[in-house]
Amino acid sequence: AAALTGSASQYSTSEKPNSFEEITNYNNFYEFGFGKEDPARYADRMTTDPWSVEIGGLVERPGSYGVEDLAPDNALEERIYRLRCVEAWSMVIPWLGVPLASVLSKAGIRPSAKFVAFETLYRPEEMIAQRGGGIDWPYHEGLRIDEAMHPLTILATGLYDKPMPNQNGAPIRLVVPWKYGFKSIKSIVKITLTETQPLTSWQTLQPREYGFYANVNPEVDHPRWSQATERRIGAGLLGGRQETEMFNGYGDQVAGLYAGMDLAKNY
Amino acid sequence: MQALNRALRKLPEWSAWLLGTIPLALLVSDVMTSQLGVDPVREIEHRLGRTALYFLIATLAVTPLRQLLRVNLIHLRRALGLLSFSYALLHMLAWAVFDMALLWGQMIPDVVKRPYLLFGMTGFVILLALAVTSNRFSIRKLGRRWHKLHRLVYLAALLACLHWLWALKLWTGWPLFCTAVILILLAMRLPVLRRARA
Repeated sequence: AAALTGSASQYSTSEKPNSFEEITNYNNFYEFGFGKEDPARYADRMTTDPWSVEIGGLVERPGSYGVEDLAPDNALEERIYRLRCVEAWSMVIPWLGVPLASVLSKAGIRPSAKFVAFETLYRPEEMIAQRGGGIDWPYHEGLRIDEAMHPLTILATGLYDKPMPNQNGAPIRLVVPWKYGFKSIKSIVKITLTETQPLTSWQTLQPREYGFYANVNPEVDHPRWSQATERRIGAGLLGGRQETEMFNGYGDQVAGLYAGMDLAKNY
Repeated sequence: MQALNRALRKLPEWSAWLLGTIPLALLVSDVMTSQLGVDPVREIEHRLGRTALYFLIATLAVTPLRQLLRVNLIHLRRALGLLSFSYALLHMLAWAVFDMALLWGQMIPDVVKRPYLLFGMTGFVILLALAVTSNRFSIRKLGRRWHKLHRLVYLAALLACLHWLWALKLWTGWPLFCTAVILILLAMRLPVLRRARA
């Protein structure tokens, strides 16, 4: 595939990104297996061309959109973001993508839309773990409309000047850097604007452990493990741990979205 | 079967220890040659933990093997048990040093607060108690109480399974299979089942 370029962004961190090898060989993409290495092993079976994203619900122009319509190559920005997994490890990833707000504007948001629901491809012939249980396939995620419209929220189609590798959610995926990684849904086929809060896969499975918001928060532990610190992948055997930051370090930009909310209740 | 048992009897205890060093040697060689993938810390920690559980399963299998198939490995049981303890110790050290970077301020409250760490640590303390009383002197000194004490290995095995399952986001095949094997090995010791076989 052809090389991609993205214009630099003020939202990028200056931290050193993880290597391409690390980013593409350590993934949670349960549609291809529950091991971190499974997606790299099996995701090449997924057909990503042709691909279309169905945008519907409370929009002016519902329909089926191509990846190139939503995120034209010449509109891509490079966003170097921290990624914090709910499992207490982290990476830094140079994504290529466009603000989700620009995509939603193309479809025209109706004023009654309060939430955005996302859905991953369901194709058990190619996504081998979808043949088994575990999660209510297809995978679902959701955002509040103001979270979706926030300039930090992007739809990514590449990383490191390359088209998105399958194991990272090709051809188009969400990236919400202040939330735990599982919110950043991969291989999106459906975006629906709704009036009511949509159900999400992890919340359905374990409502006590995974909330709708899933904001990175060192003070609200997962019921079974601490979220106070994290281990940066690639730091080596004696790399130690670093303190997890509120909103994964993006608090200056996003804390206002949650003003007055009890984040221990709305986790 | 008698021929097999004669051959097995000739296996000295150190042969179990020799066998027991193989997983560690493979792990060290994988570390040296960077074969552990993107996150060697997690891989080292998990492999040591799984190996500890496998040796615990082997230890628990000795008695059923003898009763059901008349295969006698009883003279290797202590070594198998001590190997399980040794890998559990390495597993815990890998967690403390590589994973937690000896952040005592987080480790200690974590162990008290987190169910899976509490299960694992309790199981480890039991194995430690069994390891230090695994010598002839303790057997003689403790007498009948030694047998009572060493029955705690059943509890340790259950705790090890809970420790593993509770650390997962989803319960998947292999951990569930290992748990099932342990439950079967423990069930075979229930008086009801023992009587049925006799």
